[in-house]
Amino acid sequence: MFHRESGIFKTTYAADAALYPLPVAKWTVAALALIFIVIIPLTVHEYYLSILNLIFIAIVGALGLNILVGYTGQISIGHAAFMSVGAYTAANLAVKLGLPFWITLPAGGLMAAAIGVLVGMPSLRIKGLYLAIATLAGQLIIEWTINRVPAISGGAQASIEVDRPSLFGFSFNTQGSLYFFLLFFAVLAIVATLNLARSRIGRAFVAVRDQDIAAEIIGINIYRYKLLAFAISSFYAGVCGVLYTYYFGIANYEQFQLIVSIDYLAMIIIGGLGSVLGSILGAVFVTLLPIVIRIFMEDVGSLFFTTAEMANVISGLRLGVFGGLIIFFLIVEPEGLNRLWRNIRSYFRVWPFSY
Amino acid sequence: MTRFVRSWLGVAATTATLVFGGGQAFAQKELVFGLQCDRTGPTATVGVYLCPGYHDYIGLVNSKGGVEGFKIKVLEIDNEYKVPPAMEAHERFKKEGAVLEGLYGTPQTAALNKKLEEDKILGTSPGFGTASAADGKRFPYTFPIAASYWSQAGAAVAFAKERLGGNLKGKKIAYLFYDNPAGKEALPILEDLAKTEGFEMRTFAVPAPGVEMGAQILDITGRFKPDFVITHLFGRAPSVSIKELKGKGFPLSKVVAFVWGSAEADIIAAGGMGVAEGYNTIQFAGVGKDFPVLKDIEAMYKAQGKTSPKEMDSTVYYNRGVLIAALHVEAVRNAIKAKNGAAPTSEEVKKGMESIKGFTLGGLVPPMEITPADHEGGGWVQIWTVKGGKLSKTKDWFQGYRSVIQKHLDAEAKKS
Repeated sequence: MFHRESGIFKTTYAADAALYPLPVAKWTVAALALIFIVIIPLTVHEYYLSILNLIFIAIVGALGLNILVGYTGQISIGHAAFMSVGAYTAANLAVKLGLPFWITLPAGGLMAAAIGVLVGMPSLRIKGLYLAIATLAGQLIIEWTINRVPAISGGAQASIEVDRPSLFGFSFNTQGSLYFFLLFFAVLAIVATLNLARSRIGRAFVAVRDQDIAAEIIGINIYRYKLLAFAISSFYAGVCGVLYTYYFGIANYEQFQLIVSIDYLAMIIIGGLGSVLGSILGAVFVTLLPIVIRIFMEDVGSLFFTTAEMANVISGLRLGVFGGLIIFFLIVEPEGLNRLWRNIRSYFRVWPFSY
Repeated sequence: MTRFVRSWLGVAATTATLVFGGGQAFAQKELVFGLQCDRTGPTATVGVYLCPGYHDYIGLVNSKGGVEGFKIKVLEIDNEYKVPPAMEAHERFKKEGAVLEGLYGTPQTAALNKKLEEDKILGTSPGFGTASAADGKRFPYTFPIAASYWSQAGAAVAFAKERLGGNLKGKKIAYLFYDNPAGKEALPILEDLAKTEGFEMRTFAVPAPGVEMGAQILDITGRFKPDFVITHLFGRAPSVSIKELKGKGFPLSKVVAFVWGSAEADIIAAGGMGVAEGYNTIQFAGVGKDFPVLKDIEAMYKAQGKTSPKEMDSTVYYNRGVLIAALHVEAVRNAIKAKNGAAPTSEEVKKGMESIKGFTLGGLVPPMEITPADHEGGGWVQIWTVKGGKLSKTKDWFQGYRSVIQKHLDAEAKKS
């Protein structure tokens, strides 16, 4: 992710696909692990951990959507609905059968994957905007179903309370302990996606994205791989939904409405389609930017406005600045933050020469 | 100092805040209140009036020397009606040492119930959240402090009964609702009352975003022909319902709207007060400007040499903001008094909230009594009707079918 040699010295495919392109990369990962597992939880206030927790959950969801949209080139506006499928599956299993999270979490993911395949069926026949509308229909149907079927939604309120996740009698009930809970799954999702992308499946996804007819000619079963992309993507979404459920202690379909699908699309488009780092950067950007803008405005704005005016100013400005920055970043680098980061890196790689 | 330098000072201050974690310990004798609001999201039409009302009341209290000597600092966070920012807001309030917080939004309240209990910080959710949150034993730190949808349903039926001559037997009532959990929440109460009172009830769901209900209205006015219509709609939907019912010739005097379809803005959006003559609304806070506290706020602005904010003219939502702020302040006042003037903790503020009784703020607040068991405060509402170009009071504070509501609350408590 962070290191590259000063030229292309690779002679084998294995070397090209390696997770650690240089030995020093292992040390970087070790350093990151030290920072996230030891230093941050020990030094940082609970409030910042809570923000990190939200980012971790968003990373899982963004990675899932990126596998589908970024790697395989199939657009989906139904991501939030798959989250709700995972959330309600897990909540029902946890409440009705009393199952622990290490069963409900994969179960939620698998159920979402199954529904994802179903909603992804139209992708076998249509592409692009047509597929967007088909998945939009999926989103609306799932929302409607959850809202209308009490057996799934648990009554008129359509919300099911779940207990905090616990392992060997230890309950994850503070932001600090939930931090480790969510960090674990975020890391798992990142590592899994990194590996997926360099496997046969990941390469097949990219082939389908770049030119599906060519992919079919070189022997990729595009039907299978398109549905597989939907399944894997929805699995991530389902897990993301389960994580939200445990984090808030409630499964509530109003948390997973259409706007959330759009938010996740925004994350991966800002971050960069078809890259793991892009998904992470996008999740961080979309979650963090409104908060940073607000905290900045609270300090700077108080010099110009009264408290009563401030509330309106902050809300409006935050939306404006947020939208403006998205447009700015996409004009500067249409391929997202990930590409921006790569450009910076390659600039310094040949520095002080221009190319 | 130039603006440039000032803004860089601000950057430095932000960095300092981010790095060192705020300065809550600088000012003495200060209490922090957290307020979540929505000024930009789907319910911004409510938030832009409600939240200024909250700030103005707190400003009024501070201008008079604070509550029992403590100044109040309000930290407002706009959650855009999204759930993750609501959690972030709660954690921020906790970090700044807030003794209580005002929640905003139904899914947000649902998502924070558990966290509030774990952190022992009380959150108020007037008009949001579930009716069962009135049960203080089940949700110890969630305080609806205003009539829930169940209480509103009871009140609506009681009002219909009064209007239809005191007997509902054989009468027909239509329930027009927004098709989401909040919209459906009133159903168990209405179904129960339909049985005991002997009226026929039929439900008409309006799908989101609620601006298209021609078919439902036609069904109501053309086929079902009810004696009374109860509407429970949000956002733009209430104004559409007024227009459509009026267009089909249904008398608006036989319509009563729940609390989120009852603001001046809804009626004006439907074509103005003149069009909606006779439209009945349920209110959990007083309406209009005829309250001493609002006169005080106007006087406060005058003393500062400013004109009163234009938000004050939208009295339904503005007054609700004042009501929330006033109950927050009373809870804190009770807590400080119980501690003989020392700064209360959030748990003591909860006890303070649970001892609110006989606090009416000149009629703006209902005669509610909040107890450890009843966080709703009794479910009091008023009915206001559009008459001669403005909302006027038709029925003073009352509780509709309180025993029935209580029965459902008890049943709900047993379930969990």
